[in-house]
Parts: sequence; structure tokens; C-alpha cells
Amino acid sequence: MTVTANSNPRQVVRVQTADFSVADEYAAIANDNSDGAVVTFAGKVRDFNDGSAVTDLTLEHYPGMTEAVLVQLAEQAYERWPLNYVTIIHRVGRMELGEQIVFIGVTSMHRKAAFAACEFLIDFLKTKAPFWKLEAGEEGNNWVEARDSDEQAASMWNDDAK
Amino acid sequence: MIQVLFFAQVRELLGAAKVEVAAEGITNTEQLREALAAKDDKWAKVLSSDKLLVAVNQTMSAWDATVVDGDEVAFFPPVTGG
Repeated sequence: MTVTANSNPRQVVRVQTADFSVADEYAAIANDNSDGAVVTFAGKVRDFNDGSAVTDLTLEHYPGMTEAVLVQLAEQAYERWPLNYVTIIHRVGRMELGEQIVFIGVTSMHRKAAFAACEFLIDFLKTKAPFWKLEAGEEGNNWVEARDSDEQAASMWNDDAK
Repeated sequence: MIQVLFFAQVRELLGAAKVEVAAEGITNTEQLREALAAKDDKWAKVLSSDKLLVAVNQTMSAWDATVVDGDEVAFFPPVTGG
């Protein structure tokens, strides 16, 4: 499930059940010596949410729409900052504690643009991309509630200077 | 016909992932929601949530967005990925 939005070979969006290798993804975007900054983010399955123990997680998504939203987010990041590579990988299906869920990798000439773009992408991914988390715990399954703080984090980018 | 998809908790509570709705008399997302909510009490309750989101042809949309014959419309709860 790989979507390439346009002819930009430096933009990668993948929605997949398989795990990914941070080392491999880093290597794939860190090969251009005009980039002084490579910023990566990996999100993992943690063992608690709202004080309750979590044993595993299942990610549901909206096939087709999900990939399109991720491509739009990557394109918005390119419009806002001078970026070279942008990689967004999000897993779906069942995941155990400690497993990787999401990867974002961004490269740029300068660190500020790379850090900002990475944070922008994760903030918007959490509020705009159609993924839903179903947590399993000792008391049964529980759909994760959306957090107002995530919405606030995303909305802050609307007021920010580029 | 309008293809209607449900995801996550909405899908689970309704016990349906997909339904088809005749397009006659439906011009926007709110009217489609009302038509589905009229099915029974359970559908009325689930689809009346003020947190319910809607996408038309895979684009997040408002509750007055135009819906026409052949469209794909999805209803789902707030997203929680990442």
C-alpha cells in the first residue's frame, strides 16, 4: 500500500500492517549531503491510557481516504518549509505493547524547518487522518477517545508564522 | 444510490460497515444522516452524537455538504491515530 502523490520521489506515504525499520527509513532519507538535518519520530504502543492497563492495540483506518489525507499533509509540509525528504508510515491492524505504530522522517538544510515540519505532521496526523485506536485491556476493549489537547496542538499551527 | 460507510465505534455500535441509501430526497450530509437516523432508536442515538464526523468522497466535510447519487459518504467518530 504505497501512494506516491505526484512525481516527487522524495515524498513517501505508506499505510501498512507490517512493521518498519527506523534504521532503514533513516538511511533512505539521509543520503543527500545538502541536508544538514534529519528529524525522525516514531510512535509506539504504550502500556497505559488514562490510567488503565493496555495489553494490545488495534488500528482501524479508512482505506483510500487515509492515504489521500497523508499525502495532503506531506504536501502542506512542503509548502510551509524548505524540505527535501518527507516520509510518513502508519501501521494498521493489531499491535503488541512496545511495537511501533507510526514513523515520520523529514530532512532539510536546517534543523528548525525539519523539527517544525515533523511536529506539524504528527499534530495533523492525529487530528485529520482517519485512523482509530481500539485498546484491549483487562477490562475489555475500549475505543480511544479523541483528546482536546491534540486538536489544540493542530490548531496552533494555523496562527504560527512559517 | 449513495454508498454509506461506517468506521470504528460507529461501525461497531450500528453493527454495520456499509449500507446503500436511495439518493431521492437527499441533497446534503445532514439529510443523509437524518434518513439513516430514522431507521430505529439505535441508529438515531449513534448518529445523533455531536462528535460524529462525515466525509464525502473521502474528503472531510461539513453537515451541509452536497451529496449526490453515486457519492461515497462515511460517518465516523473523531480520529485517534498517530
